[in-house]
Amino acid sequence: MIFRVLKSVFVVVASLFAFSSMAADDAGQIKVANGSVTIERGGQSLAATPGTRVLQSDILRTGANGSVGITMTDNTLLSAGPNSVLVLERYAFNSTTHQGQFDAGLRRGTLSMVSGKLAKQSPEAVRVITPATVLGARGTEFHVKVTE
Amino acid sequence: MRLNELGTIVVILAVAAAAYLLQESPLPPPPLQPKTTVILVPDAGGRVGAVSVKSAQGETVIDRAYASATATGANAPVVGSSNPAEVQRIFGSTIKALPPKPVSYTLYFLEGRDEYTPESRQIIESIFLELSRRSAADIAVIGHTDRVGALEYNDRLSLQRTERVRADLIRRGVPERSITVAGRGEREPLVATADEVPEPRNRRVEINIR
Repeated sequence: MIFRVLKSVFVVVASLFAFSSMAADDAGQIKVANGSVTIERGGQSLAATPGTRVLQSDILRTGANGSVGITMTDNTLLSAGPNSVLVLERYAFNSTTHQGQFDAGLRRGTLSMVSGKLAKQSPEAVRVITPATVLGARGTEFHVKVTE
Repeated sequence: MRLNELGTIVVILAVAAAAYLLQESPLPPPPLQPKTTVILVPDAGGRVGAVSVKSAQGETVIDRAYASATATGANAPVVGSSNPAEVQRIFGSTIKALPPKPVSYTLYFLEGRDEYTPESRQIIESIFLELSRRSAADIAVIGHTDRVGALEYNDRLSLQRTERVRADLIRRGVPERSITVAGRGEREPLVATADEVPEPRNRRVEINIR
């Protein structure tokens, strides 16, 4: 039993290392942008328009009238509503094995998610992290709201 | 006498300063209690998945349509239920911003050529229609062949087929940089066959629109 647990821990750690080399790749693409939407990347603020690529570690912010929709490379769909802060904390997807990890941080606001290939491959592969909870997205469609 | 006066002034100043400092730094407000609410809904195909919700003091899994879980601060999540009207009220503008679901098409080709079959010619029109409904579509074009001919010949033929599709897309106004192509030759047959067996279902190009 303990060996089985250790083995699965090892597999998870090993795969995280294996995927970390893909960090610079495109994570997804903005398909919808309404009102005020910005991407914060490496301390710089970029305009977010349909077609803009998003990367791991990007922070997306929407204004009072803003919303943004993103398609990830594993076909996960997600959108954030007005006054939201969404962080693409971790993203890795192997298009051959469909393995990887997606951690989306919702600091505040609203998030809708329709899961893609990652969630189908492993129940722990897609998580939504909010200020005091961790959600395991086992599929397929759900909505999240964070208030303070 | 003078020293006394000075002492009084110092005391008054100290009291005033203390009062000022106290006023400037009132007791910290009670810590904010972030609240997370999750609502599970059926997807476009009517399927309902599951979401696990974990806080510092507990974990729960919701797996029914319109089931909800709310966690306040570190407290264990509380399971409840929602409904379509409430979802629309809270998440209406968020749901509206969800991108369209990716779709895939398969076009079939005549044996040994980069010409579409007559049936596939019709499908192309529905692909253009779908593309016209999307903004910033990404298109992956992947070509395949059956196992008639050598491996290298089929690698080339599969690429010719993808080139045909790519040229048609560009001709219809699809931006070139939104298209990526790959030729898989006879390496990924849809229907497994022995070598040199003609199989129309393997002479195809997959088009994934995202």
